[in-house]
Amino acid sequence: MIYREAGEFKSTYQADQAIFPIRQDRWFILAILAIAFIVMPLVGSDYWLGTIMLPFLILALAALGLNVLTGYAGLLSLGTGGFMATGAFAAYKLATMFPGLHILAVLIMSGLITAGVGILFGIPSLRIKGFYLAVATLASQFFLIWMFNKFGWFTNYSASGVISAPPMTIFGDIYVTGPQATAAAKYLFVLAVVAFLALMIKNLVRSNMGREWMAIRDMDIAAEIIGIKMLSTKLKAFAVSSFLCGIAGALWAFIYTGSVEPAAFDINRSFQILFMVIIGGLGSILGSFLGAAFITLLPIFLSNAPHWFGMNIPVDMISHIESMVFGALIIFFLIVEPHGLARLWQIAKEKLRLWPFPY
Amino acid sequence: MPHIERNVLYTIGGAIVLMTLLPWILGKVVPNQVFFEWPYFFEVAIGGLLSGVMYSLVALGFVLIFKASGVFNFAQGAMVLFAALTLVGLIDLGVPIWASIILTLGVMVILAFAIERVVLSHLVNQEHIILFMATIGIAYFLDGFGQTLWGSDVKRLDLGLPNSPIKLFDGALLVNEFDLIAALIAGVLVISLALFFQYTRIGRALRAVADDHQAALSVGIPLKHIWVIVWSVAGLVALVAGIMWGSKLGVQFSLSLIALKALPVLIIGGFTSIPGAIIGGLIIGAGENIAEVFIGPLIGGGITDWFAYMLALVFLVFRPQGLFGEKIIERV
Repeated sequence: MIYREAGEFKSTYQADQAIFPIRQDRWFILAILAIAFIVMPLVGSDYWLGTIMLPFLILALAALGLNVLTGYAGLLSLGTGGFMATGAFAAYKLATMFPGLHILAVLIMSGLITAGVGILFGIPSLRIKGFYLAVATLASQFFLIWMFNKFGWFTNYSASGVISAPPMTIFGDIYVTGPQATAAAKYLFVLAVVAFLALMIKNLVRSNMGREWMAIRDMDIAAEIIGIKMLSTKLKAFAVSSFLCGIAGALWAFIYTGSVEPAAFDINRSFQILFMVIIGGLGSILGSFLGAAFITLLPIFLSNAPHWFGMNIPVDMISHIESMVFGALIIFFLIVEPHGLARLWQIAKEKLRLWPFPY
Repeated sequence: MPHIERNVLYTIGGAIVLMTLLPWILGKVVPNQVFFEWPYFFEVAIGGLLSGVMYSLVALGFVLIFKASGVFNFAQGAMVLFAALTLVGLIDLGVPIWASIILTLGVMVILAFAIERVVLSHLVNQEHIILFMATIGIAYFLDGFGQTLWGSDVKRLDLGLPNSPIKLFDGALLVNEFDLIAALIAGVLVISLALFFQYTRIGRALRAVADDHQAALSVGIPLKHIWVIVWSVAGLVALVAGIMWGSKLGVQFSLSLIALKALPVLIIGGFTSIPGAIIGGLIIGAGENIAEVFIGPLIGGGITDWFAYMLALVFLVFRPQGLFGEKIIERV
C-alpha cells in the first residue's frame, strides 16, 4: 500500500530517466539525507559523530570504490588498502607542498593521482582475470605500502614514517582538519563529500560506461564481440574505483585519524572493505553503505557486549572471539543471502509492494 | 601429457640460462664488486630454493582443493596455523610427539568434515567468488578459534630435527641441514600425492570431480566424500607445513600469513598443477632471495614483501594461466 508505483505515470523523458524514478524512493532518500545532515549533528554526541559515523562514511566510500570494480565490472581486487594509502600520501604531499591549496582541490587531485596509479596496476587485468587477478592486485597492495614505508620523501622525512594532516578550512574559517576542527564540522564535510560522490556513482553506473562494465562482468567475451573495448572499459573501472578509494584514504588520514602510518592501510583493510562489499551486496550502491555500517558497527558491538552482561574477558581473548564471530557471520551471511544486505532490502520492497494482499 | 613435459623442459632451460646470466648481470649492476662472489651467490640461491620448497608446501594445499573442487581456499594459511597450534598444544599437555601428530591429523579430518557439512554443502552451485569469500570466513574463524583454544603467545615447536649448517666444498657453501630435511619431506609428500592422484581409485575419482562435477556425479562418484577427502589431505599438507614452518619460526599468528607467500607461487605454477606448485615455489624462493640480497640494497631493502608478487605479475602478462596451468579456452 505504502510502496506502490502503480499510478505514477511519467509524461516526460526527464521524469522517466530520473535517478530515483519512484516517488517513494525519492522521499526515502530525502528523508535519509535530512536525518544525516540535520538531525545527526544536532542529536549525535562527539563520540557518535567522530568515532562511529566518520569511519563508517569513509569506509563506505572505499567500499563504493571497490564495488565499482568488483561488483559492477567484475574485477576482483584485494588492493584497496594500497589505493587508500596512495590517496592519503598524495593528499599529504599536496597539502604540504602547496600550503594554500583548498582541501577540496587536495582531495580531487589526490583522487586523480590514485586513479593514475590504479590504471597502472589495472593494466594486467587485460590478460588475466578471476583469482589470478585478485592475487595480482595483491602486488599493488604490498608494493605501495612498502614504498610509502621505505622512501622518506612521501612522509617529508619524518622519523616515524607517520603523516599528520595540516589544519585546513572550508568557507574561509571552518576548520575540518587539525585540532581545532569540531566533530560536527568534520562529520558534515565528510558526509557532503560522500553523499555527492555516491550520487555521482549512482548516476554513472546507469550510463553507457556502467552498462559496459556490467556487460564485461556478465560475460566478457560476449561483451567484446558486441564491440565493447576491453582495455579502455576495464581501465576506466580501475580509474573510477581507485579515484574513490584515494579520496577515502585521504579523508581517513586527514579528517578521521588526523595522522596515519602506512600500516593503517595494510592487507586487513583491503579485506575489511571486501567484506563490506560482499555482505552489503555486489553491484549495489546502497549495499556499500549497508555493508560498511554492518562491518564498522559489529566490532564496536562485540567489544562492548561482554560488559553489558557483566563479563570480564581479557582484551586479546576478545579480539580472538571477535575474529571468530566475524568469520562465522561471514559464512552465515553467504549461506543465507549470498547477494548481501542490499538484496534483503530489495526483497523487503517487493513484499511492501504487495503488502496488505500478498499472493 | 606432452605439453607439461615441454613446460618442464622450458622451465629447466630457462632456469639454467637465468642462473648463468643473472650473476653476470648482477656483477655489472651492483656497484660494489667485492660484494659479489660466486660461492656466495650460490649459497643465496640454494637458501632461496630450500625456502621455496617450504612455500610449495603451503601452495600444495591450495592446489589440491582448487583441483578437486574449484574452490580457491584462502583458509590454507589458517589451517597451517591451526594444525601447528593444535600440535604444540597437545605436546604441551604431555602427549607424546607421535601421538600428538596422529591426534592433530584426526582433528584436521574432523575439521574437513565440519567444513563440508557447515559451509560447502550449503554453497553448492554458488559463484566462485562466494565460495572464495566463504573460505576467508573460515580463515578468520580458524585464526580466532585456534588462538582462543591455545593462546596467542609464540610457542616453540621442537621435534628434534637437526638445525646446523652443513659445509659443502670445503666451507665455501653453507647449507642449513633443517632446510634440506624440509625439502626432502616436501619431495616425498609431493611424489606420494602425485602417485595417489594417478594410481588409486580415490585419486581417479578426485580427477574426475576436478574435470566435471556433474559428469562425476552422474557416474556415481559421491561429491561429498570427495570434498571431505580433499580437505583432509589439505589438512595433512597443512600439518606438515605447520611442523616445518613452526619449528623454523615458532608457532605464532604470522604462520597464517605464509599463505600470502604461497599465492604468487600458485600463479606462477598454475592453480591446478601439483608440479607447478613445486616449480613455482622454487622460482619464487630463489628469485626472492637473490633479489633481496643483490638488488634489495640498491632500492632500500625489505623487498621480499612484494617482489614475489611483482615477479608473478610480470609473469602473468606473458603466460596468463601460469606455467603448468591448463590453457584457458574461452568461447561464448
